[in-house]
Amino acid sequence: MKENLYGLLAEFDTPTELVDAANSVREAGYKRTDAFSPFPIHEIDEALGIKRSILPVLIFFGGLTGTLLGVSLQVFVHYIDYPLNIGGRPYLSWLSFVPPAYELTILLAGFTAVFGMLFLNGLPRPYHPLFNVPRFALATREKFFLLVEASDPKYSYDETRAMLEGLDAQEVFDVPE
Amino acid sequence: MRDLKEIQLAMQPPMVEGDHDFGTVSDKIGDVTLKKRTPFHWFIGFGIAFIVAQLLMMTVTTLLARGIGIWGNNQPVGWAFDIINFVWWIGIGHAGTLISAILLLLNQKWRTSINRFAEAMTLFAVACAAMFPLLHTGRPWLAAYWLFPYPNTMGIWPQFRSPLIWDVFAVSTYATISLLFWYVGLIPDLATLRDRAKNKYFKFLYGIFSWGWRGSARHWHRYEIAYLILAGISTPLVLSVHSIVSFDFAVSQLPGWHATIFPPYFVAGAIFAGFAMVLILCIPLRVWYGMKDFITDTHLIYMGKVMLATGLIVVYGYAMEAFFGWYSASQYEQFMIYNRAISGPYWYMYWLLLLCNGASIQLLWFKRFRESPFWLFIISLIVSVGMWLERFVIIVTSLNRDFLPSSWAMYSPTMFDWTMFIGTIGFFFTLIYLFVRFLPIISIFEVRTLLPQANVHGRPQDFDESVLAIEETYDRTDPPNK
Repeated sequence: MKENLYGLLAEFDTPTELVDAANSVREAGYKRTDAFSPFPIHEIDEALGIKRSILPVLIFFGGLTGTLLGVSLQVFVHYIDYPLNIGGRPYLSWLSFVPPAYELTILLAGFTAVFGMLFLNGLPRPYHPLFNVPRFALATREKFFLLVEASDPKYSYDETRAMLEGLDAQEVFDVPE
Repeated sequence: MRDLKEIQLAMQPPMVEGDHDFGTVSDKIGDVTLKKRTPFHWFIGFGIAFIVAQLLMMTVTTLLARGIGIWGNNQPVGWAFDIINFVWWIGIGHAGTLISAILLLLNQKWRTSINRFAEAMTLFAVACAAMFPLLHTGRPWLAAYWLFPYPNTMGIWPQFRSPLIWDVFAVSTYATISLLFWYVGLIPDLATLRDRAKNKYFKFLYGIFSWGWRGSARHWHRYEIAYLILAGISTPLVLSVHSIVSFDFAVSQLPGWHATIFPPYFVAGAIFAGFAMVLILCIPLRVWYGMKDFITDTHLIYMGKVMLATGLIVVYGYAMEAFFGWYSASQYEQFMIYNRAISGPYWYMYWLLLLCNGASIQLLWFKRFRESPFWLFIISLIVSVGMWLERFVIIVTSLNRDFLPSSWAMYSPTMFDWTMFIGTIGFFFTLIYLFVRFLPIISIFEVRTLLPQANVHGRPQDFDESVLAIEETYDRTDPPNK
């Protein structure tokens, strides 16, 4: 039994092995797990039991804020604060308010998409215990990794390690805290 | 079975050629920035571009000191090179967004290896474009309260009913979203470079800009959602931007500008010009940096086809302009077309435009020209000139002969008009050269997904391939539904 570990990290060669291993780990009842790959793998979401993110909902409300901001800004400027009578045309000429409101919708939706994604991902995070494993540098290159955190209720060093080794992992690493 | 595979190959050629795995793909693209010595031609190209960019600095300095009178703009030609070049540059940018967003939504895998530098091209082209209207104000530091709505001590606001203010919103949103899209695409690749860089300082910088990306499945999940939605909102954005640019003209009363066909015709022209610029950039790039495995001949052929299709839409636009001129039965509209093509002082510009944009692209119907990088490069150069001429014809020939003959006047550009335009081309290529040197020019993580090894359980990811797999399990002589 080792102390002060962040978790155990298993290395795999192919995405297929990673997905199979993730399935086994989930079926064994582990919850605090994560996988690392050099490109997105769609099958892994199901294998790890990742729930669909709330991000699209946030983006919708981001965009809606943009629309409301655009409309209220223009109505305030041209109808309330500084009405200009030009040839008797209506003050509330809403058709010409569409393009700026439309662009603001897209702007705020885009900001929410990018910064919402980074925020939910907990980025920026320049340091992470995983970076203590030298082989982990290959996660952004060609190797696939599966992590079981030490904080998982089912975690026990010897058992978890034995299970990961039984999953055709190339190697299993201790991740120091 | 073999003939079916051959058909399949002809229909869907592989997007990555050569024998690659995840590691070699990463090395081949990443090493251009990390390991290889900077090639000598880079210094030559960068040097020339940087020197030419100084023309821009010189012009801007003179302009700020002496005012926009140094340009040839006059009455009635109040918009000339500044707006021509603005529309030209912003149009070039549109191909980048088309490739990165619209082709992503249409699941066109060939976009993957050209989207990164096409997006960079968008960003730099928009930067060049934005300079023109901003400097056209003469005093850009005062332009803030003309352009942006903020409560100022004078108590005045911009006029939101004007297409010019729509343009401000459209172009600034476009620049911001393009930057975000490009940067989000870069994050995983910067992490790859971070983990591979040997140089301490580069490692630190790539580390900072990759925000600690570690390729977690949970992160990829949200990342893909964000990327897809960005593509989804960029698609209407790119269509709206050039439509709004065309409103600058179409909403006015001037014959030659006041036409309902302008928005679609401008958007098609923008994509046409943009693909020409992508070809101009990627044909030399793939040779110089040995990227023929990723930017294959198939990519060039596809781009040639897009150029032909959008070019034909543009030619249709020219035909409709002429038709509307005649069919309107308005003497001003009829005169506009007659003046533009036959009797006016700039008639030769119109025919040159038809030669560049209409005639030259007809070569792309033929395989011989479409499959030759040399001819594609030449045609792209001609198209770039043609699209510039198009904006000249629309703007200058319409303005210089308007309703009242007493207000007619000729326009000719001054030296500063030319130095500013040529200077922005230098500035654009300076940025392109810096980009090629310091950032991965092809999206590494997306190219990895194109490799057959990326398929979990060897499951084919394409519909056509899965059809092939199903057909392989049956004898083809079997009747269907058996």
